[in-house]
Amino acid sequence: MNEIKEGIKAGIPIALGYFAVSIAFGVSAVGSNVPWWGATLISLTNLTSAGQKAGVDVMAKGGELFSVVTLLVVTTLIINMRYFLMGVSLSQKVETKMPMWQRLLVAFGITDEIYAVSMGRKGEVTSLYMAGLIIPPIFGWTGGTLIGSVATNFMPEIVASALGIALYGMFIAVIVPPSKQNKSVLFTVILAIILSVVFTYAPFLKFLTDWSIIIITVLVSAIAATLFPVKEEQDE
Amino acid sequence: MSNSYVFMAIAAMAITTYVIRMLPMAIFRKKIENRWIKSFLYYVPYAVLSAMTFPAVFTSTGSEMGASIGCVMAIMLAYFNKGLLTVAIGAALMAFLVQFAGL
Repeated sequence: MNEIKEGIKAGIPIALGYFAVSIAFGVSAVGSNVPWWGATLISLTNLTSAGQKAGVDVMAKGGELFSVVTLLVVTTLIINMRYFLMGVSLSQKVETKMPMWQRLLVAFGITDEIYAVSMGRKGEVTSLYMAGLIIPPIFGWTGGTLIGSVATNFMPEIVASALGIALYGMFIAVIVPPSKQNKSVLFTVILAIILSVVFTYAPFLKFLTDWSIIIITVLVSAIAATLFPVKEEQDE
Repeated sequence: MSNSYVFMAIAAMAITTYVIRMLPMAIFRKKIENRWIKSFLYYVPYAVLSAMTFPAVFTSTGSEMGASIGCVMAIMLAYFNKGLLTVAIGAALMAFLVQFAGL
């Protein structure tokens, strides 16, 4: 019982942060013509920020269903690929006796923040601790999206419009601190920004716009990995 | 957007995201040893978030001036290691104030 309490204690600050940021996601999704229930369902089933934002951008562009679904699968795959690496290291961190069905449930809760907190805990983590850590953020993320996407109709235009920058603010908060400490991360960030600006404005690349995020991510990560392979202790 | 379009799109995103999270938890009990793959995965979040943020952030609000000043605010707050929430709210507040002032 202590385990679940400690998990909840660590999960509540994450839930509060998610709540505030997901209001902005709800507002921006409805702004992209996704219905309020769709935005809420996306948050409940995906529990991720960057992937959802990119997904909604693809949904908003529309097009033939098959090509939209293909693009969504590939976009989500690339953007959320980092969860794969986190899943690998978390699979070593959970208690060795954890049964498969619990491992499959815990997997749903892998996000940047939940992963970071669970890895910071000493020793093995139990399924009760993980349950306490994961459930509050699910409520925070889904509830904030619901409120944001419903309230956007009642919100003054200027407030809804200003909230559009909040998710980007969160991304900036993830990118900047490691760029200060690590030149190879700074290189990755700058190269990705340059390519993204080129892809957005260069007329001869216009036909690739839908794929630009994917192409840039794979290209830049591959170049950085080749030029600056991470040291063995740096991989988590 | 039609309901079936929204459902299909959400299913595509949700299933893909879950499979990525589930596979390593179910299969990998040993660490990945390949250094290049480990390095590649290490750089992915920085590359993807940078490409998603720039230049899109500048058109994310009603005024480019508001968005630009909000973006500078976010970078400054992040530089001084403020948390995700502080940075997000600081950027939105700045964008709001600039728009409110009619710039």
